[in-house]
Amino acid sequence: MRFAVIVFPGSNCDIDMYHAIKDELGEEVEYVWHTETDLSKFDAVLLPGGFSYGDYLRCGAIARFSNIMEAVSKAAEEGKPVLGVCNGFQVLLESGLLPGAMKRNNNLKFMCRPVELEVVNNNTMFTTGYEKSEIVTIPIAHGEGNYECDDATLKELEENNRIVFRYHGTNPNGSKANIAGIINEKGNVLGMMPHPERAVDELLGSADGLKLFQSILRNWREAHVVTS
Amino acid sequence: MFKVKVYVTLKESVLDPQGVAVKNSLHSMSYKDVTDVRIGKYLELTLDQNTADVEKTVKEMCDRLLSNPVIEDYRYEIEEVVSQ
Repeated sequence: MRFAVIVFPGSNCDIDMYHAIKDELGEEVEYVWHTETDLSKFDAVLLPGGFSYGDYLRCGAIARFSNIMEAVSKAAEEGKPVLGVCNGFQVLLESGLLPGAMKRNNNLKFMCRPVELEVVNNNTMFTTGYEKSEIVTIPIAHGEGNYECDDATLKELEENNRIVFRYHGTNPNGSKANIAGIINEKGNVLGMMPHPERAVDELLGSADGLKLFQSILRNWREAHVVTS
Repeated sequence: MFKVKVYVTLKESVLDPQGVAVKNSLHSMSYKDVTDVRIGKYLELTLDQNTADVEKTVKEMCDRLLSNPVIEDYRYEIEEVVSQ
């Protein structure tokens, strides 16, 4: 399986993401610079964390108009797995691939620590490796992860099981309904504030994030390799 | 040319964590009369004299990039500046 890690000026979790795929998952991965326009040779697209364009104006607002984003939208339309982590999630929100927006954390602090998450929906191409309601430990590192959406959107997310991860125990940023990660209607675009790529080995304090990448791989193999 | 002033603010329905912190700070400084603080952004744009339909262009830029319609509102003032 071939993964693309999109790199914007200011991305800083791209190397972690690359490492997670290449060394921990053992699959092919390439960096793709934001000026590129084609992702057709890739099977999955990863938008890493960081501070694209210095978080100027709003987090993800400028990256959202990069050349590569049209190709990301196309990959999403084609049903390829698209994962946005942290700033990558913010870019997906700004681009409208996922609903809602991010505000400053309630306590105005940059929060950088492991948090517990509940796997609310383990029936997505990203989460089949988890048990339903499993509690996992994955680190967060963000100043603007306070998820906001209107009531109609929240209802839509809840009724269609589109909230994939919720913060368990304390909510670190004030996000609505303890939302840590949501998926699109079609089920192939996941955005999450916690960093699964930073939890891929016990040496890092947790390997709970690796299951997410393994889930992507397993589901892709079932859909593509077995039938071809 | 045109000078455009754009004000971007969080929607009324959206809680502003920065505004709350500033309000609390003002209260601790004994400005007890402050009942609310909302923090927004102010942008100044300069548009070329030949810009076709300035208002439409400004509105479009606000909708697409300068504000996030999910959580923010905006308003703008357009002023035509005649160079000497």
